[in-house]
Amino acid sequence: MGIKLKALLKSPWVFHLSTGSCNNCDIEILDCLTPRFDIERFGMVLVGSIRHADVLLVTGSANRKCIPKIKKLYEQAPKPCLVVAIGECALSRGMFINSYNCPVPVDKIIPVDVYIPGCPPKPEAIIAGIVKLIGKIKK
Amino acid sequence: MSYIFYLIVYGFLLTAALGLLASWVDRKLTARVQYRVGPPLLQPLIDIIKLSGKETLIPKDSQKMLFLSAPVIGFAGCVLASTLLWMNNINTQNTFIGDIIVLIYLLVIPSLSIMLGGFSSGNLYAGIGASREMKLILSYELPFILSVLAVVIHSHFSIKLGGILNFQSQNGFVIGSYSGALAFLAMLMCVQAKLGLVPFDVAEAETEIISGPLIEYSGAALAIYRLTKNMLLFLLPFFMVILFLGGMRFDGINILYSALKYTGILALIVVIRNTNPRVRIDQAMRFFWGPVTILAVIAVILAIKGL
Repeated sequence: MGIKLKALLKSPWVFHLSTGSCNNCDIEILDCLTPRFDIERFGMVLVGSIRHADVLLVTGSANRKCIPKIKKLYEQAPKPCLVVAIGECALSRGMFINSYNCPVPVDKIIPVDVYIPGCPPKPEAIIAGIVKLIGKIKK
Repeated sequence: MSYIFYLIVYGFLLTAALGLLASWVDRKLTARVQYRVGPPLLQPLIDIIKLSGKETLIPKDSQKMLFLSAPVIGFAGCVLASTLLWMNNINTQNTFIGDIIVLIYLLVIPSLSIMLGGFSSGNLYAGIGASREMKLILSYELPFILSVLAVVIHSHFSIKLGGILNFQSQNGFVIGSYSGALAFLAMLMCVQAKLGLVPFDVAEAETEIISGPLIEYSGAALAIYRLTKNMLLFLLPFFMVILFLGGMRFDGINILYSALKYTGILALIVVIRNTNPRVRIDQAMRFFWGPVTILAVIAVILAIKGL
């Protein structure tokens, strides 16, 4: 494992993309930044621009309006870029599975590295998911 | 030959190492103020190594040459300014007439490079951020130069950094006088704006215009910008230590004393950063052209009176 990959694992900057979620998963992601969980211990920072990001967090059931935007954002991210799908909607569209507006889940649009189920997932579950992602890359 | 030695060892390596350390202190203190644990010691260095390994994307409608050369211009200005400061700090005879003026010009270059990068990247938010940075430069440069002028007048019209240091080693620190204390306060506000820290971080407001001029930067170019920022976090308090607190000395027990001087100013900056909300650009301009400039003018008048 090169020094660049090692550094990437020690400071993954995350970009948060909501594709029509109900805001629960988004609030749980923000919970990870609060004093109780404090993911800055592991060097994770929430950044505002996709150009600075290493990890793309996707929440919500990808609806028709969002699909081109998701593709565009993934193309704009500097590689290597990892994708994490958070919440039931992003994984399998959840209760919107029969909706006319949600044709495919997120992993049919862009390659997803880690799935974190839950409606919404707890902050502990999100942190555990990221730990699994880091373990997967280390192998 | 010795100049190249100063440029590489003191200007770049030592300033970068101390700047990264200062950046860690800043992040850790911020975390402790918010009852968090904060990042580990090597985090700023790891960030820069990571960024330099990433892909550098160039937007389609940007000015390619300017977009890629702007971070390097700012970095070069920062390294030159730190070389000048270290040379004067180590040997006060190693100076020339008017180097304080050269230094004021060099310290503008990092802000200028942020403007160049923002305007050349062809992004709307970057343009807004760059124009805000320009307004911020217009507002803080006047009190900054006035407070430097107060120090120059106080130390018997010496426009050499070495002369100011020699004056302070014979007559006591500049901050001990009334004019020095007022100029120090005005300078502290200007340094806060020069560093782009929270009360005056209008140029790259993360929640508002998404880190402004840096929005399109990625990879190595962003790493250079971050390194320049971290170096400035060491450089500007160091400039204040030289002007007001008699410089840093590194023999025997003095090394502890110099570290204390620098950390004191850094802690002041971090506390101001953590206890204030962001101001709007018009409020920032009014603040700098009103109270801060008046403070600096009073300092200059007191310095002429010899207080």
